[in-house]
Amino acid sequence: MSALGKVVRAGVGRKRVQTLVMVLTTTVSVMACILAVGLLVAARGPYQRSFSDQHGAHLNVLYDQTRASPAQLAATAHAPGVSASAGPYPALTVQPRSGPGTRFPAAGSLLPPMTLVGRAQGGPMDDLRITNGRWIQGPGEVVFLDGHSPLAVGDSARFTDLPGQPTLKVVGLAASVSWSADGWIAPEQVAGLTSPGTAPAAQYLYRFARAGTDAEVEADRAALAAAVPSGTLARATSYRPAQEEANRTASTFVPFVTAFGVLGLAMSVLIIGVVVSGAVSAATRRIGILKSLGFTPAQVARAYVGQALIPAGIGTALGVFGGNLLSVPVLGIAHKALRGGLLGIPPWVDVVVAVVAMGAVAGTALVPALRAGRLRTVEALAVGRTAPGAKRAAALGGSVRPGAAGPLSRIRELIGRLPVPRAFSLGLASPLNRPGRSATTAAAVVLGTVGVTLCVGLTLSLGSLQDGLAADRAGKVLVQTPIEGSAVPVDHVDEAAVAKAIESRPGTRAWYSSVPTPVTVAGNTGRSEVVALSGDASWSGFQLVSGRWFHGPGEVVVSASFLRANQTKVGDTLTLTDHGRSTPAKITGEVLTTNDLVFLDRAALAPLGGAIHPEAIAFHIDLTPGADAKAYADGLDAVVKPMGLSADEGGPGINIVVLAMNTLAGTLTLLLSVVAGLGVLNTVLLDTRERVHDLGVLKALGMSPRQTIGMVLTSVCGGGLVAGLIGVPIGIVVHHQVMPAMARAAGIGVPDADLTVFSPSVVGPLILGGLVLALLGAALPATWAARTRTVTALRTE
Amino acid sequence: MNAPIIRIRGVGKTYDRSDAARPALAGLDLEVRAGEALAVLGRSGSGKSTLLNLVAGLDRPSEGGVEVDGVAVHELGEAALAEYRRTRIGMVFQFFNLLDDLNVEDNVLLPAQLAGMRRDTARARAGELLERLGVARHAKAFPGRLSGGERQRVAVARALMNRPPLLLADEPTGALDSASAADVRDLLRGLNAEGQTILLVTHDTALAEACANRTIELLDGRLVRDTAAAPAQGGGR
Repeated sequence: MSALGKVVRAGVGRKRVQTLVMVLTTTVSVMACILAVGLLVAARGPYQRSFSDQHGAHLNVLYDQTRASPAQLAATAHAPGVSASAGPYPALTVQPRSGPGTRFPAAGSLLPPMTLVGRAQGGPMDDLRITNGRWIQGPGEVVFLDGHSPLAVGDSARFTDLPGQPTLKVVGLAASVSWSADGWIAPEQVAGLTSPGTAPAAQYLYRFARAGTDAEVEADRAALAAAVPSGTLARATSYRPAQEEANRTASTFVPFVTAFGVLGLAMSVLIIGVVVSGAVSAATRRIGILKSLGFTPAQVARAYVGQALIPAGIGTALGVFGGNLLSVPVLGIAHKALRGGLLGIPPWVDVVVAVVAMGAVAGTALVPALRAGRLRTVEALAVGRTAPGAKRAAALGGSVRPGAAGPLSRIRELIGRLPVPRAFSLGLASPLNRPGRSATTAAAVVLGTVGVTLCVGLTLSLGSLQDGLAADRAGKVLVQTPIEGSAVPVDHVDEAAVAKAIESRPGTRAWYSSVPTPVTVAGNTGRSEVVALSGDASWSGFQLVSGRWFHGPGEVVVSASFLRANQTKVGDTLTLTDHGRSTPAKITGEVLTTNDLVFLDRAALAPLGGAIHPEAIAFHIDLTPGADAKAYADGLDAVVKPMGLSADEGGPGINIVVLAMNTLAGTLTLLLSVVAGLGVLNTVLLDTRERVHDLGVLKALGMSPRQTIGMVLTSVCGGGLVAGLIGVPIGIVVHHQVMPAMARAAGIGVPDADLTVFSPSVVGPLILGGLVLALLGAALPATWAARTRTVTALRTE
Repeated sequence: MNAPIIRIRGVGKTYDRSDAARPALAGLDLEVRAGEALAVLGRSGSGKSTLLNLVAGLDRPSEGGVEVDGVAVHELGEAALAEYRRTRIGMVFQFFNLLDDLNVEDNVLLPAQLAGMRRDTARARAGELLERLGVARHAKAFPGRLSGGERQRVAVARALMNRPPLLLADEPTGALDSASAADVRDLLRGLNAEGQTILLVTHDTALAEACANRTIELLDGRLVRDTAAAPAQGGGR
């Protein structure tokens, strides 16, 4: 090994703690960057990528095999515009019940109607990806579409109306980018699930030369319909709704992932800079020795850049590995939220992040290494043998007199007069020894605080927003038509009887009903649903983006999508129509919902004839504190069951998109906090090492271990507190930019209540968060300082 | 005759734990009485600094015990050692060990501040010491601006700040020119004359003769000579 190589290797091995910190810092920084950049890339057009990777189909078509010959169906592959096709696959539309051993829904419950297709997992089109469990191995098994499965893996579905009542076990869940079916079975199973006297449909999947718009897809569908005898094309489902939904959800991720990505990159560069340049600066005296032995400035520079690149290289490799490893669960949740599309970190992201990280390390190491290389040998050798003032003077070519009274000394004196124990004032003045390094570390803590503030703000806002979006499912108990269908036809609901049953039941605090109506809005260009509310809905949690709630007939509140589709605004008047009758209504507010909805008072239906869709009515019930929701629902269920309704416990379910965002924000914040903490740890470690002799003197003068810990911890308090005071307001500003951008991407506005989540009780702890972050980073070096043996410290040069 | 302030019994110190290791100190027994100025002489590696470190509680003996002013130093934990160093001893080093980012007054105030002395009391005591040692005019100056002799005077003032019964000095003139060294010699002699017990480690026999009323010599960690230069009482020379 060359002399240079030996110097590099010895330098890395000798300062093990410093090397470890550098490895850890680059590892966590690279992990954060891989995750943020990878997610950012993955969130841009995830559907298109999945569609391409999984050979998605533009149209899934079911043909009635009794109306066309197999040859006629096969000929559709050559219909105008068709560029590729797959099929035929036998397909069945069935409605089984949950089988034995199924916990939810209870065994015997009627499941929603579903299309089951008999086919293999792969194929020329619509590759199916198993997300849970395994693929079917033969008859008796079924795999359901992930995200839409009525049953969990291990449950079973039973076909009670078929001969022999066959049962299928759910062995897995699969993602289909085309949503080509609700479930898949073995082809040989199809015959056993076909009702006597019927034939299974034939499923064909198609790709077209032109299918970029709804109109083009519709034209393609028409071409297929024309290619077969009339009535043969039973059903055709387009990829477009799935694409639009996936892209809209994905675009809501972009603003906050961008914010975290920028924070992560900036912080990583800062911390890597501090760590690397600190490591080189700390070795100045060793550089003097090397130069006295004949090392050239270029060799010195190369040695120290190499010394930084070795641990950074290890850290980068670990970070790339860890980032990809961490992306599995994190992107897995996002994958579910986006219903596919996130297929892991693209390899080029690993390469780019690794190259940028190594470049940043080399760049930050090069500046102090070149400076060290140019340092006069005698000056470099003098470092460590003289006082810090002299050290600085030596480094600056003697332009500063050692111990000269400058502004920093005056500040140090002022701090010394503070009415705090001397160990604390010494600690508070400590950042003045290396103001540049301290400021850079404080900047990293500022960025960490910004990240924590943004994460807390997003979590609170998304939680509040979620409550508002789930208001249409409000109520601890819900009375409505059973999901599995009612035993009694629901063409009329005796609302008065239901209301009486609710009001007379102990535990009822408040209730209201919501029901869709056949009412339309004159000139409506969208597909708005008009929902009538009656009763006290004030507790429901509906949130207004602007305006106010309606105060009776003649007023409505509408969703953002309604306003957008109809080119209207709050304050405008619209016309409600039904059965040839019409009535005007003023838009008094914009309500928070992702759907195209118009809410009005039930009394507003009177001039329109009062028609509703009784089968979709829901009674939302809030209970008095302490009331047992299950017991209440069970009791009420017995009363409303004869009316064709059921009473069940309500409560908003977990929104997978919000869960995914919170998970991502939490993970990225944790990584950023760890990077900031490592930065503090490294800075305090360097400071402690540089001043270990002074530490020995203080201990010799009687500084106790507790006072030593206090001094080291206090050295980061000022920076931590200032970081909190600066970082929290910046975090709030970023939050106020990111939240509306996310909402815009989702096609909604943000109510003020969901934006103004930073109450004093939140801001206070956040400001102290910077301090806590800094203290956590300094805790380990403080302990080391307290344990340093006085006699060893005094001998240290 | 004054009572012993330092009692060293069978003290040995070995840095290397291997069997073949040569002890830095071996079976040392020593008593120093209050008011004495004891000079420890010896060549480099004789065990002088090790002895000083053990008395100062900066290091622990491998065997035996060290008692100073009634305190069994070798039995103390880290926190108790810090308390011991604050109240029982003052230390003067060869290279002064002043903190260069603190001015002279703040350096001198440090031991009192670490001990929690009232600020005004501490400042009064520091002013008195700086005046007495002839460096009061440099109170607001930084150590980097002072001569070697002046820095050592400041170091002595700092060592005496908490009125320790024992002053330990490790080659106090080792980094000084001859004029400054003579200055420090006079200072130490004067302090001992006022009753200050001093344990002085040096290889400078002239310094030992000038300041100490008793001299011991160490060789390879063993006591080879112990000569009382004058009766041990508060006015040495």
